[in-house]
Amino acid sequence: MLEVRGLNTWYDESHVLHGLDFEVREGEVVTLLGRNGAGKTTALKSIMGLVPRREGSIKFRGAELINARPDKVGRAGIGFCPEERGIFAGLNVTENLFLPPVVAPGGMSVEDIFILFPNLKERAKSPGTKLSGGEQQMLAIARILRTGAKLLLLDEPTEGLAPVIVQQIGLMIAEIKRRGFTVLLVEQNFRFASKLADRHYVVEHGQVVDMIPNDQLAAKMDDLHRRLGI
Amino acid sequence: MVMILGKPAPLLFGQLLLGIINGSFYAMLSMGLAIIFGLLRIINFAHGAMFMIGAFVTWGLFNYLGLGFWWALILSPLIVGAAGFVLERTVIQRIYKLDILYGLLLTFGLAQIMGGVMENYFGSSGVSYDTPDLLSGVLNLGFMYMPVYRGFVVFAAAIICFATWFAIEKTKLGALLRAATENPALVQAFGVNVPRLIALTFAGGVGLAALAGVLAAPLYSVNPGMGDDLINTVFAVVVIGGMGSIGGAILTGFGLGIIEGFTDVFYPPGSAVVVFVVMAAVLLARPAGLFGKA
Repeated sequence: MLEVRGLNTWYDESHVLHGLDFEVREGEVVTLLGRNGAGKTTALKSIMGLVPRREGSIKFRGAELINARPDKVGRAGIGFCPEERGIFAGLNVTENLFLPPVVAPGGMSVEDIFILFPNLKERAKSPGTKLSGGEQQMLAIARILRTGAKLLLLDEPTEGLAPVIVQQIGLMIAEIKRRGFTVLLVEQNFRFASKLADRHYVVEHGQVVDMIPNDQLAAKMDDLHRRLGI
Repeated sequence: MVMILGKPAPLLFGQLLLGIINGSFYAMLSMGLAIIFGLLRIINFAHGAMFMIGAFVTWGLFNYLGLGFWWALILSPLIVGAAGFVLERTVIQRIYKLDILYGLLLTFGLAQIMGGVMENYFGSSGVSYDTPDLLSGVLNLGFMYMPVYRGFVVFAAAIICFATWFAIEKTKLGALLRAATENPALVQAFGVNVPRLIALTFAGGVGLAALAGVLAAPLYSVNPGMGDDLINTVFAVVVIGGMGSIGGAILTGFGLGIIEGFTDVFYPPGSAVVVFVVMAAVLLARPAGLFGKA
């Protein structure tokens, strides 16, 4: 579904990604694991076209996106949930939820979204940033479920959240996967990732250094602990 | 004669009306400035010139094409808005990555060009535009006489202000605009053509200025400097109200018009500076403006 080959990204003078290669197949949950600064977030932003300069190849359903503007990437059917969540303070929960335009048929219905995220319905009129961190994260995920985007890029959805909320978000991502969405997940929380993902790519210094199918994760544990420093 | 606070009532009400009318223009112009600043981060110094062009287009529609006031009310904002769209796409969009001062310089230059061109063709004294027949005459309100057209301006301005506020604060398009003001990159990643949204916003903002220009044409002399006189006060209004709040721009615009009107009754020499005195006081107490977010 998504095929990234030889991806190089620069911020001004600093060269962040050095030929990143990975792929995501339809229906999979794939994680990018790595230390802070390894280039995971930059990888997602590069796919979305939110970086100043990138080279290589990003193919989504066969179409080349390496030179596409962010709105073209969004329109192609990729939903983005940024690390800082990107909830708009000037918009209430409903306005935040309905902000992203529908890009393809087959998005989740609002009724289903409210079943999956009941808190959002109760707080429909609250300003987006008055929600708790966990609720904001749910809103950030919920609003890309109804647009018809089938590949979701989630950047550290568990960051800074209490364990019980992390668990809830895990259940939601599992449900999203069950409904046929494909997810590319950036995570530091390795235990969280291991419960959801089909495959893991280990990113170091802007390159993929290993690919681990989830069932081989246990065997690679020592190696991973060394690489990720956890 | 009825006296209020030691002043003749008709004088007081007359000044109140004048204040509300001036306030109408302050509100309509500062709204457009606030909308443009919100999304483009540009202080549009050409806003007064756009207002002036709106008035000249009104005059031109009648004198060259025989299209009267009611046509101008629709056509002039569209024409000026379209010109604004082209201006944004060709010139203004080039400076977004630069310091905010460049936007100020660029739009100041554009204002000078527009003023100069119009002065070249029409002279500095300008031209006059008749009040539309339907709105001529005077209304006896009992406590004062009010020219019908002036009442119409206040009525029209109130509708325009409410409609703009509603469009920005309560509609889907407005939500998009507010979101793009906060985080344009993310809104674009959702699939919205943000560069086009920005151009349309600029077009909408200057279209509002032109609409105010249409309303002003029968009221003031249509001349190349008509925007300059107004825009200084409008900038003060925006500073007092705080950038980025549409409701704030409206309330501050009308409020300051009224304050100015009353100052003219009680202390005439102060009427020209009262807005700036208020501005200084507000800046000392609330640097982000009355309705601004710090």
